[in-house]
Amino acid sequence: MSEVLRVNPIACDGHGLCAELLPELIRLDDWGYPIVEGRPVPTELLSHARRAVDACPTLALALTRAERAARTIIGVPDGGPAGASPPKPRLRP
Amino acid sequence: MAVTEVAPRAQLPRLLAAVRADGSPVPFDEHLSVYGTPPVYLGGRLIDLVEASGLTGRGGAGFPTATKLRAVAARHGRKFVVANGTEGEPLSRKDKALLGCVPHLVLDGAALAATAVGVDEVVVAVGRGAVRERTALTHAVAERTRRGLDSVRFQVAAAPDGFIVGEETALLAWLSGHAAKPTLVPPRPFERGMRGRPTLVQNVETLAQLALIARYGTDWFRELGTDEEPGSALVTLSGAVSRPGVYEVGLGMPIRELIEWAGGTAEPVSAYLIGGYFGSWVAAVDAERAALLDSQLTPLGASLGARTLFVLPARVCGIAETARLARYLASESAGQCGPCVHGLDAIAGGLEQLARPERADHSRLERWLEQVRGRGACRHPDGAVRLVASALDVFAREVELHAAGRCSGDGQVVLPTGTAR
Repeated sequence: MSEVLRVNPIACDGHGLCAELLPELIRLDDWGYPIVEGRPVPTELLSHARRAVDACPTLALALTRAERAARTIIGVPDGGPAGASPPKPRLRP
Repeated sequence: MAVTEVAPRAQLPRLLAAVRADGSPVPFDEHLSVYGTPPVYLGGRLIDLVEASGLTGRGGAGFPTATKLRAVAARHGRKFVVANGTEGEPLSRKDKALLGCVPHLVLDGAALAATAVGVDEVVVAVGRGAVRERTALTHAVAERTRRGLDSVRFQVAAAPDGFIVGEETALLAWLSGHAAKPTLVPPRPFERGMRGRPTLVQNVETLAQLALIARYGTDWFRELGTDEEPGSALVTLSGAVSRPGVYEVGLGMPIRELIEWAGGTAEPVSAYLIGGYFGSWVAAVDAERAALLDSQLTPLGASLGARTLFVLPARVCGIAETARLARYLASESAGQCGPCVHGLDAIAGGLEQLARPERADHSRLERWLEQVRGRGACRHPDGAVRLVASALDVFAREVELHAAGRCSGDGQVVLPTGTAR
């Protein structure tokens, strides 16, 4: 089961330990807050990812199952299904 | 085959049909004489009807209404319905128009939705500053209670004013006794909302549309709009037009037609801000060729969003105005997420620099826009980024002009920062 890293941006105070411990997947923005790659954590980095999660002083970093992470974005509407054909204007007042 | 499809001319206005000339709130009997009595629906029948109608949320995000209804209907135990009429978007006045003029239509919709999902407690949230609308609503609720019209109980809540309060998780936090700040999702409101209970949150226009669909059905609803974006919509039009205001349009109406309806542009114009302060700037020539449909606005980098259209006079500098908006949005951050707090402040600063008629380096600004997108608990930073990015695109020539030490603006301020009245 593949896992992804997620940051709770409300809890995160930008201590930056995670980026120290896992530079392969986490970099810091201009203000010191982590930008985390959304792709599944490669197996060889999993133990490092767990260390980064454990090191977070505010418990803002978590490893989540990829399918669960995907589920969290269901319900966020966007422009509709990709590749949908443009609707023809039918009626107007 | 030479078949000319003759479309029946569906009537407008729909939502605004009962609105009085003086805009005073329509009492219940008058309301019924215009719209008729809503039928009684059993079980999930109304949800099926709403699904077939294709109604989507009118608060800005455009989420399918039936999906939300089903999610809350499937939950057990105590749950709530929240009618969101906070309308913190400074350019929008449509929800206030509905609440102030036809409050019973919103309450009908809220009662119907609540019954359909098995809820008997409804909260209607209105901004504190919207005194007239809140009074109209309170009177309407009292009238219904006196006459024993509903099986649900209504409560009117005066929410703090502010851009972020209308964000549904922020509103729910406030209604639960906490600060009006967004919370991390999931859990979504249908899982854990007001006071930790499953909650259906719907914009007040969505509920008013639902009240009409319940009466007149799906085919009637779909007589306006397109197959994918059906129905009518309330649009708040402001800026350089002769008659700014709230207009009810069939989705798909060409923007040019709406402008003509509003008496035309009042002076030369340069661009349209479409979808509110989380929306996008579109050059006037492009906007005036498009219709009020997401399918036509998406290729222009815009969407209907909060369904507001602001027409920018050509004499006003779009970069300077956007810098003001960026500063406003930064100040309206809930202050919870680092990238939003620091990022929006930095972006506003970068834009303020660009707004001055001098050479400025905007490579940092572009990096910040890239870094901030998608990094908040809510979509506040994303909305601000979208607005600023569209300004850099649409007003690119103005940026060049500034670099050459000039500015096409007359220094006037035209966009409001604060709740619309």
